[in-house]
Amino acid sequence: MDWLFFFESSIAGLATGAIYSLVALGFVIIYKATRVINFAIGEIMMISAYLFLTFAGILEWHPLIALPLAMLGGGLLGSVTEKLIIRPMLGESPISVVMVTIGLSSILVGAAQIIWGPGPRILPDFLPRAPIFIGELYVSSKIAYSALIAIGLLVCYLIYFRFSRGGVALRATASDQAAAFSMGISVPKVFNYAWFFGSMAAALAGVLVAASGGLSPYSGSMALSILVVVIFGGLDSLTGALVGGLLVGWLETMTGAFLGGEYKMLTIFTLLTFVLVLKPYGLFGTKEIERL
Amino acid sequence: METILEINNIEVVYNKAVQVLRGLSLTVPKGTIVALLGSNGAGKSTTLKAVSGLLDIEDGEVADGKITFKGRDVALDSPDKLVRRGLFHVMEGRHVFEDLTVEENLTAATYAKKGGAGARASFALVYEYFPRLKDRRKGLAGYLSGGEQQMLAVGRSLVAAPDLIMLDEPSLGLAPLLVEEIFEIIVRINREQGTSMLLVEQNAALALAVSSYGYIMENGKVVIDGTSDELMKNEDVQEFYLGASGDDGENRSYREIKHYKRRKRWLS
Ligand SMILES: Nc1ncnc2c1ncn2[C@@H]1O[C@H](COP(=O)(O)OP(=O)(O)O)[C@@H](O)[C@H]1O
Ligand SMILES: [Mg+2]
Repeated sequence: MDWLFFFESSIAGLATGAIYSLVALGFVIIYKATRVINFAIGEIMMISAYLFLTFAGILEWHPLIALPLAMLGGGLLGSVTEKLIIRPMLGESPISVVMVTIGLSSILVGAAQIIWGPGPRILPDFLPRAPIFIGELYVSSKIAYSALIAIGLLVCYLIYFRFSRGGVALRATASDQAAAFSMGISVPKVFNYAWFFGSMAAALAGVLVAASGGLSPYSGSMALSILVVVIFGGLDSLTGALVGGLLVGWLETMTGAFLGGEYKMLTIFTLLTFVLVLKPYGLFGTKEIERL
Repeated sequence: METILEINNIEVVYNKAVQVLRGLSLTVPKGTIVALLGSNGAGKSTTLKAVSGLLDIEDGEVADGKITFKGRDVALDSPDKLVRRGLFHVMEGRHVFEDLTVEENLTAATYAKKGGAGARASFALVYEYFPRLKDRRKGLAGYLSGGEQQMLAVGRSLVAAPDLIMLDEPSLGLAPLLVEEIFEIIVRINREQGTSMLLVEQNAALALAVSSYGYIMENGKVVIDGTSDELMKNEDVQEFYLGASGDDGENRSYREIKHYKRRKRWLS
């Protein structure tokens, strides 16, 4: 066994995993607050990446301006989606709401094709290029910096939800909606914030993924891996999103490196099946949650 | 006397089909405790939800009549807005946020105040009334005993510092000693903070002991009302609601209530 290669792949895998964790966190925030399974999260990532492409590549604004703007755009897309599409569906069956998010994802793909064209695009370079060596280990700098940025936002989110008053409002709403109302918490506002912040996390991840993997209107399909992550970690668990993201990212990369890319899906879904049989609510999920 | 809450002839329908309240009226004068009594299913909780706006969440609707809080129609405001106007509903079954700590539960209640500033100061007030909550403030609310959860539910209303607290069966499922403790504090809050209260209870003796006026409802409307002293002396009330068997219903202070509790809880 080539240990150097093993460790290099592991680091690359964990770095990919950190980005998965970020998207999964966005997904879980939305689910926790509103109980909506957002199948459009991959497309929100994709649209945000195109926004970055527009700001940084076409308009040639500085990445430090373009990146926050792309994140803001993704967040607003989520917020508008909640207000115009999800809120009127309040009280409808969960399946109908899921169908609506699937419909939305097709609309976003179509919109991207019309606005930016169907072909693949490359994002302007904004991450340092020089490779990083940890001892003898080689790490691609793009992947390393992407992971660091993702982890940065992850940590901010976790601290915010754990310690801030807004975090308390979100968790209170997740735990008991009627009681949250009776405390004077504006539950509709919490829903909207959850969609905003959840989508903003996805937006950053979307830009980071596109930065190393390229971008097309179909890039959102990578969210299939995210679905695995959240089912794996538990739909409503922030911890589950973190651990699940790292694990799935690592496993995918390792399978790709040692068995070949065609085994990735097989490995992931085999693992998923095992976890679901042993722990039907995911590794960290709450029991009452309905399964998909 | 100035009125803080007025319910005028309301009808409530669930799911556009089931009528639960049929022309219910009641009034809470400012600064007083008013008891709303009645058997299981009479519509007491529905009445409180109609006032606080929580009916919407359960697909219920005030089909007729009017509710005014501090002179303004409650239908004009969303539930969270009403809370910020000073109307606090302590729901039946306590509804503490179980996976939040005690202190986070209190933090959640700061949304009831405009701006939410000065919240810490009012936590001190909660801990003064309920020292036991202070010891457990870092623990999850889900791990509290039933009595402590009820204290937390009342404590959250203290953080909100409302003008009117509506309490839905605070004695539900609690041991007599705890019930006494909680009712003492309810009376203290009324006296010391000047908070008006609408108190829903199945335990009529207890509620009449602490209130100045009482309404008894059956099948969605008020069947008897009067001052609490009158109600305690009323023969029908004694027979059906106080489960009196030879006791006279006079001048019972809430300290004596636990003797009652051991006897008969009516219709339950
Ligand atoms: N969400 C609801 N949907 C339909 N019917 C309800 C609902 N909540 C309460 N009811 C009915 O309304 C009646 C009064 O209930 P409630 O107000 O809870 O009574 P109480 O608090 O006096 O025990 C009961 O018959 C109950 O079945
Ligand atoms: Mg009730």
